[in-house]
Amino acid sequence: MNWNNVIQGFIFLATVILLAKPLGTYMARVYEGKPTGLHVVLGPVERWIYRLSGIYPETGMSWKGYAVAMMLFNGIGIAVVYALQRLQAYLPLNPMSMPGVAPDLAFNTAISFATNTNWQSYGGETTLSYLTQMAGLTTQNFVSAASGMAVLVALIRGFIQKKAETIGNFWVDLVRSTLYILLPLSMILAIFLVSQGVVQTFKPYEKVTLLQPVMDSNGASVQEQVLALGPAASQVAIKQLGTNGGGFFNVNSAHPFENPTPVSNFLEVIAIILIPAALCYTFGYMVRDKRQGWALLAVMLIIFIPCLWSCIFFEQQGNPLLSSLGIDQKATAFQPGGNMEGKEARFGIANSAIWAVTTTAVSNGSVNSMHDSYTPLRGLIPVWLMQLGEVVFGGAGSGLYGMIAFAIIAVFIAGLMIGRTPEYLGKKIEAFEMKMASLMILIPPALVLAGTAVAVILPQAKASIFNPGPHGFSEVLYAFSSAANNNGSAFGGLSANTPFYNIALGLAMFFARYWLAIPMLAVAGSLSRKKIVPVSQGTLPTHTPLFIIFLAMVVLIVGALTFFPALVLGPIVEHFMLHHR
Amino acid sequence: MIREHVKPAIVSFLLLTFITGILYPLSVTGIARVLFSERANGSLVYRDGNPIGSLLIGQHFDDPKYLWGRISLTSPVRFNAAASSGSNLGPSNSVLVDAVKARIEALKAADPDNTSPIPVDLVTSSASGLDPHISLVAAYYQIPRVARLRGLSQDTVRSIVRKHSSNRFLGLLGEPVVNVLKVNLDLDSSKMEYNTDI
Repeated sequence: MNWNNVIQGFIFLATVILLAKPLGTYMARVYEGKPTGLHVVLGPVERWIYRLSGIYPETGMSWKGYAVAMMLFNGIGIAVVYALQRLQAYLPLNPMSMPGVAPDLAFNTAISFATNTNWQSYGGETTLSYLTQMAGLTTQNFVSAASGMAVLVALIRGFIQKKAETIGNFWVDLVRSTLYILLPLSMILAIFLVSQGVVQTFKPYEKVTLLQPVMDSNGASVQEQVLALGPAASQVAIKQLGTNGGGFFNVNSAHPFENPTPVSNFLEVIAIILIPAALCYTFGYMVRDKRQGWALLAVMLIIFIPCLWSCIFFEQQGNPLLSSLGIDQKATAFQPGGNMEGKEARFGIANSAIWAVTTTAVSNGSVNSMHDSYTPLRGLIPVWLMQLGEVVFGGAGSGLYGMIAFAIIAVFIAGLMIGRTPEYLGKKIEAFEMKMASLMILIPPALVLAGTAVAVILPQAKASIFNPGPHGFSEVLYAFSSAANNNGSAFGGLSANTPFYNIALGLAMFFARYWLAIPMLAVAGSLSRKKIVPVSQGTLPTHTPLFIIFLAMVVLIVGALTFFPALVLGPIVEHFMLHHR
Repeated sequence: MIREHVKPAIVSFLLLTFITGILYPLSVTGIARVLFSERANGSLVYRDGNPIGSLLIGQHFDDPKYLWGRISLTSPVRFNAAASSGSNLGPSNSVLVDAVKARIEALKAADPDNTSPIPVDLVTSSASGLDPHISLVAAYYQIPRVARLRGLSQDTVRSIVRKHSSNRFLGLLGEPVVNVLKVNLDLDSSKMEYNTDI
């Protein structure tokens, strides 16, 4: 084992765990309306938004009202991002004269950003104007994350409130998440990123003269290099923090202008996981039992940490086909070694693998290396982490409400085993909550498996596959696993910018987001109406190591069994082909 | 129930778009221009007053006099910084294996006497297709070739490579790398030290 890899992994994990409590406390105070230092500056802005919009912050909403508000807001978002892309040629801030985006691609991208998926069917620097990137995508990066956080806060209120008919005010939760949490963090991160070399400018692309002229694919000599620029740092900061992941440039955070140094890489990878990890603490704080928040964080870490180590360790072993050509893949103090296809020299193996595991455990989907080129079992880890339903950290808000749905399932199963009415945090779990939690668990796998099955049957969908053999199947499985769990990363070889994939994946992203968020709001409404059952001898404690392991097993068994056959057909077959020729 | 939410939805959407989509990027740009103007504009490198590249973006080198960088498979031209892209070749794809074989041939043809094992980052393509760096081993592997063809001593070339290499941040984060463009710019400005007939 390479010691630097171990150290880099530990620094990452320690930073995440250390930051969970301070940020988690801050977020809880924001949602409870308690003063924070930032209220002096942002309080007037918040009230200004309410006044102009006709929002009455003290008025609670029923769960249905909350859902309607969320859907209206997200619907407007989809329409506006679609319109901005289609009309960008006629709008300002388009120095490279990008033409309007094709309808199917604009549809896919609009849904992708509103649903916090940020699947990239487009290549940023070749498709989108600066205005579309800013007013369209950057804005959605903020508000889609804030929507997910709002749903989570509404669900938490379900556990706190007694016999209440309302679950909070969507507008207040949305505006507070954006103004007090996402905006200040992004501002700080963006400035740090520029200090490392992430570009932030409105200038057109820069032309430079090459040191050595180069032949293009037609044999013509090219003397110049065109450097794509743009207001990237502001977008990169929020795409990491808001668990969005849609890159400013085509290759996302592998691009040296999005992620130029080990320092920028460290800040960006921490930013991926920061809010989902801290929200666990926020949850414990708000339900007045911090052990409950730590317990859910522990469940996530129990699944996350082995994935992290195995991905680093095995990717470092390199590609056996290249070893047989006499290539030096050994890690030393002077070279990263390992499977370097599709990886950047400054990140090597450790930083690429840490990112790959983090971005798929969290439903972020940004990349700093090309997942399609990973060795088969290491490519399997990201796919499988997405297939678990994006509950191991998961999206901002959406990951934790997914994990709470699993906790509801777990207490129900435990209740069946010990013969008691299941309760979670003092609320009785009954048929309605179980039905809604089951929807959460069934919808994404159904979308993944049905979508993959259709795509490998249709000839026009199969034509998009890039790598031959089982790896090609993995590309399709990865695409649907990513879309139907709102992740957004890809096995990039798949030519996804076709009408079939743009529409199929667009629909998968839409249903995976809202068909889960709305049932969770229904659970919030139903729990809010219930009284709180006092703790008795028969109460199943949900913060003990026993329950933590039990919940982790429920997540693993559901995820593992659902997808095992599909994974065998893809990465597992490829692994054996690669190692036993 | 729907009608009461229409006005808040539209107006708050517009206001949040204004704050997060216009004001926020503009203020980051403003602060960046004051604090880190060069970096915000692409970390350009100049020679004789003309921009010759970016410190952060690689360029293609296959002239044996130059240090070679990572492989780029962007199209239509390598290291196309206006259309970044990785190879996306899977590890079991025979196209990858054949391409690596051809890259090994090219390295050996340029330096037939070199019997060191070829470092992996020199024959594999980067994630972005724009990687400006190679590992130290990949740079050291090329020192004998570059020194011979330029009539420089290996020590001179090695010191240029060292000058443009960077260590891990605090000795911990990232990987030690060499900036290929910087080395090649420095090589071009170095005087020949002795004559050879090659």
